[in-house]
Amino acid sequence: MELLIVQTPMKDRINALIIKTPEGVEFSLRLAGPITRFLAWSIDLATLMAVMSIINVVFAILGILSRDLAAAANIIGFFVISIGYGILLEWYWQGQTVGKKLLRLRVLDAQGLRLRFSQVVIRNLLRFVDSLPALYLIGGLVCLLNQRAQRLGDVAANTIVTWNPRIAEPDLNQLLEGKYNSFHEYPHLEARLRHYVRPSEAQIAVQSIMRRDALDPQARIALFRELRAYFENLVTFPQEATDGISDERYVRNVVGAVFRPKTSGGDSAKTTSVH
Amino acid sequence: MIIDLQKFITEERLYWTELEQVLNRLERKPDEKLRLGALERFHYLYQRTSADLAKISTFSAEPNTRQYLESLVGRAFGEIHETREKPHRLRPLHWFFNTFPQTFRKHFRAFAISLLALLVGAAFGGFTIIVDSSTKQILMPFSHLQGDPSERVKTEESTDSDRLKGAKSYFSSYLMTHNTKVAIFTLALGMTWGIGTLIMLFYNGVILGAVAVDYVLAGESAFLLGWLLPHGAIEIPAILLAGQAGIVLAGALIGWGQPIALRTRLRKISNDLVTLICGVALMLIWAGIIEAFFSQYHEPVVPYSFKIAFGCVELLILALFLGRAGCRKIGESA
Repeated sequence: MELLIVQTPMKDRINALIIKTPEGVEFSLRLAGPITRFLAWSIDLATLMAVMSIINVVFAILGILSRDLAAAANIIGFFVISIGYGILLEWYWQGQTVGKKLLRLRVLDAQGLRLRFSQVVIRNLLRFVDSLPALYLIGGLVCLLNQRAQRLGDVAANTIVTWNPRIAEPDLNQLLEGKYNSFHEYPHLEARLRHYVRPSEAQIAVQSIMRRDALDPQARIALFRELRAYFENLVTFPQEATDGISDERYVRNVVGAVFRPKTSGGDSAKTTSVH
Repeated sequence: MIIDLQKFITEERLYWTELEQVLNRLERKPDEKLRLGALERFHYLYQRTSADLAKISTFSAEPNTRQYLESLVGRAFGEIHETREKPHRLRPLHWFFNTFPQTFRKHFRAFAISLLALLVGAAFGGFTIIVDSSTKQILMPFSHLQGDPSERVKTEESTDSDRLKGAKSYFSSYLMTHNTKVAIFTLALGMTWGIGTLIMLFYNGVILGAVAVDYVLAGESAFLLGWLLPHGAIEIPAILLAGQAGIVLAGALIGWGQPIALRTRLRKISNDLVTLICGVALMLIWAGIIEAFFSQYHEPVVPYSFKIAFGCVELLILALFLGRAGCRKIGESA
């Protein structure tokens, strides 16, 4: 049984790690860059300072009983919290801290396997080297140069940090509302179109329609002509569905077919999301 | 090809939810073992969801569903293809009396390298002091060590007041945390192919050797042993073990004579590194307590002979513990 890990080439780097399972299924993990990670670390630092200031108040009260014990508890408390914060949270929240949660980052095993406690400990202990000489300069540089955007701690622990961006579905309500879509008369061809059009291509079509007013007239005509030719090549609709419609109308129909297929229950169906 | 997307999602969602529930349970209770029937069902759900992901992956209109399925398949993939032993329930006593000394012995060669680096540093430090005692100012970073040893001994032995009164806990916790940071740093420097770790060990050896020779030359050997042995008998081996962990890490990075991939090498040692550094932390807690509450008291408060004997007993127990604890008896299965 072989696990294939495919790294996107550096020249068109999109920082995604694609894991192919032996079952032939691919899933991609979008890697977090050094800037996002630095921001998450800043949030964690602020959280740590907030926690410490609360604990300081508790220790100050302890100081009424014994100043020596309070000072000792303060030192140990700060040490344990600063080291244990990342370890405990990443372990109990499965690879996330407060900062990572807010920025939708997650630590994962580099081969897609279960994250182990030892991996969490090692990547957190190696912050001592990554943070040198100041502000994670070494870690940031290694992260920039590393193909998997790993800092030294990640290399040693065999982990990666992924970013799960919130995917916003295009707001097509206004764009497609009230317009007749001749493609809806051919649900089987729409299904084929949905199957063949890749997500990135669909996004190009959506963005082209949304930004059409900002385009130069010549460029606008050329762009939609090219898009129509491309989509026509994928699926050919009958002549009565395409006769007399402009290239722009054609692309709009494609977007409607991909995102708003006609169903038996109504003109258009809302896409279903699972959370 | 999916013709009716909504129908597809409605029908398949039941299986996705079931898989998610199984995954949640397995992640919540990592030591739970599934029965054969449940395992078969789990595998079926994984395969079905994988197939659904393959079908839906071309759907531009379903980015959230695709992301959800990717996350499910990813988690299930991790559970099914994980070949490493599942983490056991926490057994601190078993870990301390078995795993820790066994791990130390498993990487004894790395410990020997660590010890050698410290000894070379100590020899260098000692030799430098013999040749030119004025280098003390450079070699010893602590001001109380830069003066005349005999003067210090005289002051320490004549003082009536307890200079650490009301600050022992503070001093002890400072020592524990500072030394643990140094130990973690020594381990972490293993990522420099071990060069940083060796430099740290050498540097600590230089200070130790310089101090030792300085006190011996001044005829204060009894004070030196009485002062250093009670906590040093644990503290110095702890730093050596941290160095051992750093060298183990460096060994995995370099991979001499190991025809396996870097990731596999690092994966193999990850548990050992954590075991070693946790053991080091425990040792340093003990050393911190002893240094603050015992080592700083000299004759006539505590006789040097008692302090030296205490240190020797500690060292002996530590050597026996690391050398013998957790050894399997003859005939016991491996």
